[in-house]
Amino acid sequence: MNKFTISGSPHVHGDESTKKVMYGVVIAMIPAVLVGVYYFGLDAVRVLLLAVAASLFFEWLIQKYLIKGPLTINDGSALVTGILVALNVPSNLPGWMVIIGALVAIGMAKMSFGGLGKNVFNPALVARVFLLVSFPVQMTSWPKPTPITDGLVDVITGPTPLGIVKEGLGNGQTMSQLSTELPSYTQDMVGNIGGSLGEVSALALILGGVYMLWRKIITWHIPVSVLATVAIFSGIFWGFDPEHYADPMFHMLTGGLMLGAIYMATDMVTSPMTKSGQLVFGFGVGLLTILIRMWGAYPEGVSFAILIMNAVVPLINKGFKPRRFGVKPGVEVKA
Amino acid sequence: MGILKTFALGGVHPEENKLSSHAAIEVLPVPKQVIVPLGQNLGAPSKAIVKKGDKVKVGQLIAEAGGFISANIHSPVSGTVLKIDPAIDSTGYRRPCVFITVEGDEWDENIDKTDTLIPEIALTPEEIVNRIKSAGIVGLGGATFPTSVKLMPPPGKTAEFLIINGVECEPYLTSDHRVMLEKGQEIMVGIQILMKALKVEKAFIGIENNKKDAITYLSELSQSYQGIEVVPLKVQYPQGGEKQLIKAVVNREVPSGKLPIEVGCVVQNVGTALAVYEAVQKNKPLIERVVTVTGKGVKKPSNFLVRIGTPVEQLIEAAEGLPENTGKVISGGPMMGKSLTSLDAPVVKGTSGILIMEKEESGRKTESPCIRCSKCTYVCPMGLEPFLLAKAAKLGKFEMAENEMIMDCIECGSCQYTCPANIPLLDYLRLGKLKVGQAIRNRNKK
Repeated sequence: MNKFTISGSPHVHGDESTKKVMYGVVIAMIPAVLVGVYYFGLDAVRVLLLAVAASLFFEWLIQKYLIKGPLTINDGSALVTGILVALNVPSNLPGWMVIIGALVAIGMAKMSFGGLGKNVFNPALVARVFLLVSFPVQMTSWPKPTPITDGLVDVITGPTPLGIVKEGLGNGQTMSQLSTELPSYTQDMVGNIGGSLGEVSALALILGGVYMLWRKIITWHIPVSVLATVAIFSGIFWGFDPEHYADPMFHMLTGGLMLGAIYMATDMVTSPMTKSGQLVFGFGVGLLTILIRMWGAYPEGVSFAILIMNAVVPLINKGFKPRRFGVKPGVEVKA
Repeated sequence: MGILKTFALGGVHPEENKLSSHAAIEVLPVPKQVIVPLGQNLGAPSKAIVKKGDKVKVGQLIAEAGGFISANIHSPVSGTVLKIDPAIDSTGYRRPCVFITVEGDEWDENIDKTDTLIPEIALTPEEIVNRIKSAGIVGLGGATFPTSVKLMPPPGKTAEFLIINGVECEPYLTSDHRVMLEKGQEIMVGIQILMKALKVEKAFIGIENNKKDAITYLSELSQSYQGIEVVPLKVQYPQGGEKQLIKAVVNREVPSGKLPIEVGCVVQNVGTALAVYEAVQKNKPLIERVVTVTGKGVKKPSNFLVRIGTPVEQLIEAAEGLPENTGKVISGGPMMGKSLTSLDAPVVKGTSGILIMEKEESGRKTESPCIRCSKCTYVCPMGLEPFLLAKAAKLGKFEMAENEMIMDCIECGSCQYTCPANIPLLDYLRLGKLKVGQAIRNRNKK
């Protein structure tokens, strides 16, 4: 008598897995990591290693001793969170603060909600904001980018382009007066500007984004809607008063916008399930970012914008359903 | 060829693995005994009209349709009725079957056994429908819906297009492909018969582009038949689903909960068109069909012309035996087929293939938490949210599942195929559909 496996269809499975998705994101972050190391040197390596090691360690610790459930630290999700935490902080952040960031990301934002797939807020962003409000000085003293090829030099800190604009406009200066202090767009693209470890080079981030699109890890809906919303709203104000509002290109290329739009807002767990919902979500992130950047207390608003929109995701999921087959009448062809 | 047509929403592209596409159809010898299940079609099971000890000929009626949506069954062999007893069929359940001991191969004298093509259609539309009904023809694509019922549009509805399903989107299966290549003329006449019965001027044959030889051959043939057009389609699963095929070919969307006739379409499988030809022109009831026997470990992937009721084991033997490390035997394709519990299960009208899977590919991968990646939603051809429906079913929230349109699920399995977390989404969806279906029936009773 033969013994056969009996199970419901389908009897084949595609080659996607959670692990492949997660490691795909890791691959996509390589360009940004390399740029970070290039401009911020060994400090960047230190922050990256610490954040990753701490994230993996805390995930293991909590799964083994608190949850006492299966150990899944090799599924790649804690690795992604670790790298994202590192990319979101200044490269000169003290090590113990990096570790606290990892603990907040993994312990508070992820595991306390039930672990992978259950969290409402993006863990790395919760860590970034937690660190920002807890250690405002360290989280806003940005090291000046120094190519690693220049050898080891003392770290000099300076403001980010967004910081320069916020401060300058607040002091009554105009954009044309500030323009001499601001980096060129080319510098913004390659990453030769002040900022957190992984947000400086728009080009590297876009490269990784294209890879994730090709691998179908993300769809275009969130990044494009975030960037388009930022471009349109900043464009309107800039069009009316270019002396008191920065231009759209500046808004798109500086600060955490690219990192946020491509890697953080697209986080599967904390973004809407349908493409229409993702467009709404992206619009919200873009709009809130601009509101905070222009009129908020902080020079940068991407993190807050994404976290606020994370909270709205369940509502978006209820309101924005996929297009159901056969619900709207299809286009008729007369043959 | 330009951009190939396909359906609009979702879909996946599993490995095609059409191992037997070059294996010409072989006639499998008549077995020593056949087991003919009384429940072979969608709808009510048939009622046996023979009893133990009766002598039967090939093509003789042995069971009558048990309702409007049901079908006649004819003896696939000549011999003596041994018993009418429950036996395990391809569903895994024991259900009533007619056992017939084979003696010789004596056919009913009204059946024309020759290969001569008869292109002229003598019967009127009503006679055609009656002939198809009495011949016990059901949809041979796998759904086994009685063909005659589809040819009688409900009052107020008229058919505009006949769409012939030559898609065969299931990986591995090649029976429709071979039938198109080897029985092209008969299919063409069969289509003309169906067109006459439905009173339509236009028929489309949808064929996926991985069967270029069939596209070329049937396109050539269609030149000499009025109103038949071959439509090459992009390879995309589940294009063989009725609603997806209609969308792909004529760009119409069957409204939720409705039948294809709502948008003026009737869909029939190519194998069904062949059976219709044989029934109407040759007076031959549905007693045999083409079945693919395939799998990565199968020595001789084949396509056999098999009498209904032949045990699956004999087909496998004819394909040079069950491979050593067989883990699973499936009736049908890998996406929608049913895994068999026993090789004694007989071939029925809806058996399109027997797929043998190796041990390594038979199990499921370990399930992990949903990462809300939405891939199930992107691939759902009905625009549903499988993750949500599965969760609703798991939690027993069947009312929610109904509101989220779980009954529109066509059980194609694209969601589960795609899920990176290996969640058995379709298991939960089937449970949900079962419960919601029961609730709807109870409501309608009141």
